[in-house]
Amino acid sequence: MLSVDIIKNLPDFSLSIRFSIERDILVLFGPSGCGKTTTLRSIAGLLQPDGGRIVNDGEVFFDSTNKIFIPPRQRRIGYMFQDFALFPHMNVYRNIWYGVRDHDQEARQMYEKLTNLLKIGHLAERSPGQLSGGEKQRVALARALMAQPKILLLDEPLSSLDTETRREIRNELREMQRIWNIPFILVTHDPDEARFLGDQVLYMQKGRQVGLATSG
Amino acid sequence: MNETGIGMIEWQPVFLSIKVAFASLSIVLILGVACAYGMRRWQFPGKAALEAIFSLPLVLPPVVTGFILLVLIGKQGPLGRVLENCFQIQLIFTPYAAILAGIVVAFPLMYQSVKAAFQSIDPKLEDAARTLGASEWRVFRTVTLPLAWPGVVAGIVLSFARALGEFGATIMVAGNIPGKTQTLPLAIYFAAESNDMTLAGLYVLIISLLTFSMILWVNLWTKKKNVPLPIKEVS
Repeated sequence: MLSVDIIKNLPDFSLSIRFSIERDILVLFGPSGCGKTTTLRSIAGLLQPDGGRIVNDGEVFFDSTNKIFIPPRQRRIGYMFQDFALFPHMNVYRNIWYGVRDHDQEARQMYEKLTNLLKIGHLAERSPGQLSGGEKQRVALARALMAQPKILLLDEPLSSLDTETRREIRNELREMQRIWNIPFILVTHDPDEARFLGDQVLYMQKGRQVGLATSG
Repeated sequence: MNETGIGMIEWQPVFLSIKVAFASLSIVLILGVACAYGMRRWQFPGKAALEAIFSLPLVLPPVVTGFILLVLIGKQGPLGRVLENCFQIQLIFTPYAAILAGIVVAFPLMYQSVKAAFQSIDPKLEDAARTLGASEWRVFRTVTLPLAWPGVVAGIVLSFARALGEFGATIMVAGNIPGKTQTLPLAIYFAAESNDMTLAGLYVLIISLLTFSMILWVNLWTKKKNVPLPIKEVS
């Protein structure tokens, strides 16, 4: 279980958020600039909160009272950026393998499995510039999962896609979460997306959570 | 006796200049990349002042830069005395002083080029590498540097040309000792001053060819394989 209880002072307001999540999909939902991305960045360790604690399965990632801050590379938290952040100077294959520690049989099997599930095997030699939005999205997802994260964070994963691709990808996201069985935390400002994807939806407004809904 | 053309050239200044330019370039490359990286990554008090100091040799007349260096590394200068007393090294009026002058004047060009290149990199790419488990060194080696590489190459060309052509600061700290510290630009000046226009002209031709071939080589090399990086990750 991941539990997050943090405070971060931002220029316009102070972000204060508290939630915990099991192995399902939590959606952080709210208007732009309400602190959703800041929350994700804090969990990943790309940003240091001003106070609070972040603990995953007993492993403390951040604790302001005990001055604990684990750098992102040791957290094993996958992060999918809004514009995918694929390395433009590497081909799809090298992008996907970037986060792999041991290039062993197991990793090769995982690569096969991921590229089959996401139907991106034929793109291996392409550079990110030659991919469509949906393909970039799938490659970014494969790259994040290949690093065997314990949690996956997704920042507006569908916002830059057309309606058709959006529908496909959101189904894929649900399926991948079910197969990988790790917590996904997803940020969106689209109510449909939030309802469709979230097992839990956390409503945020100007740095505060204003409600929590659980589906199912 | 009446030698004209290639036979009359004293080659020593040519070789010395090439050596000085390459030595300055290699140090400036490391310093420039390291400083640009550090300034981008860390916030500290006095950063703005340090930034200004880094760019100072670009705007100061080279003679002034040379004078400051002379005061620092001269026999009575603070650095000069430390080097003399602790290491028995005398820098002033040696080829090493010419290298130092080259480093100081070429550094801002390398620094500015690399800094601009670093600024153009989307920080998200480096963050992505971090979340994928990469250490800071690996992020630098596999993401930051390859993406900044065109800017680094531009810095290499500019710094080499600047170090090769340095006159003012070089004459202040290295002097004009024929056969020892006389570089090409100095040789050109003193040949012209003693009215030996043929010799000065030949030196001018050589230095122009050197810079031209450097730029040509870099252009061809970067065009050949869409800006390759001489470091390859083993995977």
